[in-house]
Amino acid sequence: MRFAYSPGAIAFRMFNYGLLTAVALLCVLPLVHIFAVSLSSAEAVNGNEVGLWPVDFSLGAYRASFDAPFLSALNVTLQRITLGTVINLVFTFLLAYPLSKESDRFPYRNVYVWALVFTMLFSGGLIPTYILAKQLHLINTLWVLVLPSAVNVFYIVLLLNFFRQLPKEVEESALIDGASYFQSMYKIYLPLSKPVVATLLLFCVVTHWNAWFDGIMFINDTDKYPLQTYLQLLLQKSKSVLSLEDAKMAAEDAAKTSIYGAKMFLSLLPIIALYPFLQKHFTEGIVIGAVKG
Amino acid sequence: MSYSPGGNESALKLKSIKWKQTWQLHAMMLPGMLFVIVFAYLPMVGITIAFQDFNPTKGFFGSPWLGLDHFNYMLELPDTYRIVKNTVIIAGLKIFFGFLAPIVFALLLNEMKIKLWKRGIQTFVYFPHFVSWVIMGGILVNILSRNDGAVNRLLASFGVEPVFFLGDPGWFRVTLVATDVLKEFGFGAIIYLAALSGINPALYEAAVIDGAGRFKQTLHVTLPGIMHVAVLLGILSIGNILNAGFDQIFNLYNYLVLDSAEIIDTWVYSMGLLQAQYGLATAVGLLKSVVAFLLIAGSYRLAVKLANYRIF
Repeated sequence: MRFAYSPGAIAFRMFNYGLLTAVALLCVLPLVHIFAVSLSSAEAVNGNEVGLWPVDFSLGAYRASFDAPFLSALNVTLQRITLGTVINLVFTFLLAYPLSKESDRFPYRNVYVWALVFTMLFSGGLIPTYILAKQLHLINTLWVLVLPSAVNVFYIVLLLNFFRQLPKEVEESALIDGASYFQSMYKIYLPLSKPVVATLLLFCVVTHWNAWFDGIMFINDTDKYPLQTYLQLLLQKSKSVLSLEDAKMAAEDAAKTSIYGAKMFLSLLPIIALYPFLQKHFTEGIVIGAVKG
Repeated sequence: MSYSPGGNESALKLKSIKWKQTWQLHAMMLPGMLFVIVFAYLPMVGITIAFQDFNPTKGFFGSPWLGLDHFNYMLELPDTYRIVKNTVIIAGLKIFFGFLAPIVFALLLNEMKIKLWKRGIQTFVYFPHFVSWVIMGGILVNILSRNDGAVNRLLASFGVEPVFFLGDPGWFRVTLVATDVLKEFGFGAIIYLAALSGINPALYEAAVIDGAGRFKQTLHVTLPGIMHVAVLLGILSIGNILNAGFDQIFNLYNYLVLDSAEIIDTWVYSMGLLQAQYGLATAVGLLKSVVAFLLIAGSYRLAVKLANYRIF
């Protein structure tokens, strides 16, 4: 059926496998290098001996990583994930269920839809958002990390599309038997949405884990930084190595490099642990979300 | 006409029940919409500070009005032209390569027949998408360092002079585009792979019977099969021409490359939040939001027309 074994085809295949393998390695080798650096001794890192395998194996960087600021930031992040995920899921359900009804059953549905879509297209911008948070006395609180992102239109679209695939008949007979919409959502739709809830849960957890700019913008108390914000500020200092004038500082910074590496890798660990699930659910999510219609 | 016992009656009953209960649907919407009003629409009201000499103690409406002073000042500022130019160049390059790379990758991956190998490659290339730009930036600063970065050490072993990836204005933009594409192309390819797997195998068989080789099959079956997705994503990406990637640039730039890498978003941040020029920064941000809104709204309309796209 295929013309697979002509010399040209064989050459193409070898080239193709080689190229894609190289590209795939390019995506992960930087991470492997940092991991190797984090497991090497400061001297080996200083002497630029580390490639993709730890040199002079040492766990010192990991021991030094769990200092007070790191642990405090980790704690803040775990709190925002817990609180933020619950808030995200509640609002996603409350909004996606009514919006999954057609507008002949839910009058003014389209008004809500446009109000939500408009927020995706236009925003007040950085400064007004900052001033608002300040006037609401949210600066330096955990709330500022979870409330502005409480309603996520993308999650709503994802769940709404899932609801629409479910057969209507179940709900209709429940309504005739005297159920309310609240009961229908809670007792019919919620139990049926387990697979999509897993996807949403992963989205929420990863988004909150990776969020860093809200911490920079709204938090200025070092004890209250979330992990990625803490890391961001820490790593900014290491950028001084870039300039030639700071060459002297570079040597000193190199000693810290393996600790930075360890902290980065630790911050990546939950993502790596969740990755098998992420791959499965994000793939589904993006396909549902994007190839509609 | 056939007789359906109770069918009409129950349909009518259902209709009246649904009408009686619509208030519940509105009640469900209420808390969420309140949040949307507070955190999305109130900041839009706050745009008034672009027309004010804003004083935080006096608030959005108490501050003295300046009219278009901030906008006039903005037009005189050489910074403005520089940041708009940088934004459009960087974003344009990212859109172009970020659009092509996933398509090429998906097509090449589709030619791979060893399942396990294919899965392995997918596992590797999707991963960087989930890494935040904070960590990615930290890694890149480390491996791209001029003096002792791993990449320059590798280049040196081939006899190449060290490249100042993050400190040379020209190289910095190249690095931005290359690393952004490398981080996102795999994830971007997912949607094309989904489209590819949806192509009817009978089309390939028919093409083979008509005498088409692998290349002709790709040209006449595979490419048309993913065309609708490509057109849609291509159109929607136009709306990003003012989004050069704040997260990435903020985590990678430094004073050596400010001239070629300062974009609208980073400028608004440092002007507004660091130097407290609230009015001016909001004015620049507003102009960006308006232009972006027009572009995105336009590209959505186009997407609805050409690709029958509907978000809700």
